[in-house]
Amino acid sequence: MKEGHRSGRDGSPSLRLYVAGASPGAQRALASRKRLIRALNGAIDIQIIDILLSPDEAERAGILATPTLSDDSIDPPRRLIGDISNIAEVLAYFGFPKKDTVP
Amino acid sequence: MTATIEEPPVDPVLERVKTGVEAFDDLVMGGLPRGRTTIVGGTPGSGKTVFATQFLAHGITALAEPGVFVTFEESPGEIEVNMASFGWDLRRWREANKLAFVDASPRDTDQVVVGDFDLAGLLTRILHAARSAKAKRIVLDSITQLFDHFIADQTLIRRELLRIATALKKEGLTVLMTAERNSEYGEISRHRIEEFVADNVVILRNALDRERRRRTIEVLKMRGSHHVEGEVPFTLIGEQGIVAVPLSSLRLEQQSGTKRVTSGIPELDAMTNGGFFRDSVTLVSGATGTGKTLLVTHFLAGGVTAGERALLIGYEESRGQLFRNARSWGIDFEAMETDGRLKVVCIYPEAQSLPDHLLMIRELVEEFEPQRLAIDSLSALERIAPETGFREFLISLTSFVKKREIAGLFTATDKSLIGGHSASEQHISTLTDSIILLRYIQKADFMHRGLMVLKMRGSEHDKQIRRFTIDGSGMHLGQSAEDALDVFGNSASDGSSVL
Repeated sequence: MKEGHRSGRDGSPSLRLYVAGASPGAQRALASRKRLIRALNGAIDIQIIDILLSPDEAERAGILATPTLSDDSIDPPRRLIGDISNIAEVLAYFGFPKKDTVP
Repeated sequence: MTATIEEPPVDPVLERVKTGVEAFDDLVMGGLPRGRTTIVGGTPGSGKTVFATQFLAHGITALAEPGVFVTFEESPGEIEVNMASFGWDLRRWREANKLAFVDASPRDTDQVVVGDFDLAGLLTRILHAARSAKAKRIVLDSITQLFDHFIADQTLIRRELLRIATALKKEGLTVLMTAERNSEYGEISRHRIEEFVADNVVILRNALDRERRRRTIEVLKMRGSHHVEGEVPFTLIGEQGIVAVPLSSLRLEQQSGTKRVTSGIPELDAMTNGGFFRDSVTLVSGATGTGKTLLVTHFLAGGVTAGERALLIGYEESRGQLFRNARSWGIDFEAMETDGRLKVVCIYPEAQSLPDHLLMIRELVEEFEPQRLAIDSLSALERIAPETGFREFLISLTSFVKKREIAGLFTATDKSLIGGHSASEQHISTLTDSIILLRYIQKADFMHRGLMVLKMRGSEHDKQIRRFTIDGSGMHLGQSAEDALDVFGNSASDGSSVL
């Protein structure tokens, strides 16, 4: 099942963040997610997928490592594993227009 | 260096998990210890995935123990196809929820790793699969791929792998991880995986020896438990998987019976004080044309006449030749086969590998259930095998024959026509119970043939060299040939070279 997630609810780009429960790594990733959304003024949808709650999702996507931020809308999917706290780099990697105001 | 490592106490009653490779289970005292982690290392093509799958298959089919297959290399679909030739229907088991796959094979993704991460994703998927299948066994094939996948983060992967191993152990799962090796006799595995996660280490080898592939399995370490040391040959067989060849040094407790059976030649029975022992192996050694096949023919016919079933494996002559020879000595092989008392199987030594020959013989014996077995000749077999392989073959064969209480008669060909001894003799002679030498004896301008019982374990025997003649009714032993001592002396007096 590889239906496209080309965009979120309102047509804005959509990513998925795979985390494992509330581990320190997961907490940091969730905080970075908020900053990412803020950096794009809310014009992005980042779904949180807790693999402990939905292991089938992890199986389907073939997730080995957490945290993983993934753009599953393209083929092949584009993924960033580990530290996603550098907002500018993350945005550049996923090909979003750079914001002048980096928070 | 290892002083701080806590060794679990030796537990003689560690519950064992049978792998489905019978001879291997014998090596490790019944199977892999339950709830422990075993690393199976091997070079590419050494049979790691087959061994791992067999471990799961045996649990599923024979012991109602479901399993999980975590694949890092091939996709589940590829594994299902590749393993089908061994008779394992992985797809059916998967659909019956007896087997679950975790597909960690490389997928087409653009991936970048920055900073710290963990393998909670993998662990979660494994545990989820294990719980939903109620698995008892789990395979990770191969761990090396995981290291290659995260090539820049080796330390981190070690840490995470240890975490996974610990978590699986806590679940009570018996874990089998495969690992790549670079060479057959180098370091145990790449990344030294065995050092930090393994309770047990097993090595599969696929070595090239005298231009022939030789597959072996070796138990390197078993924490808290005993195991048999050394390499044991195995072969890969369709519909069966790995079949290891049991090393019989394990089972040297064959009882020595006292029951005698006829050699088929009354004079030879007299020389041996009543014939061969029922559960013994006799070697007939001699140059070409000295009468080895004749002795074999008498041996077979003697058994059939006494109401036994006899099996002959011919490696040198065709059935036609053997039957013609027998007829010329007054023995009707055809009639014996028709009566179901005799079975003659002729095959080129080169037709298959030595372990396969052994398995073929075992299968024939199990099917035909003969009371006596002749092999003509071992020398023909020896030429297809590396020395170590041949010795293992002989050990296995002789112990199998004895265990089944079969009287065995094997021949070996001397390279030199008069006297002397071949390399194979040295191998064989220590493993056989009795040795009969056949030699040419030159007397003036005439060549005679002579026979001598060189050794007979557990029995008195006539030590004379007896001249014999061959006519339309076979072999006839005559009087002793006392003037021929030199001819036999080469082998007979120099005990170290033969015995």
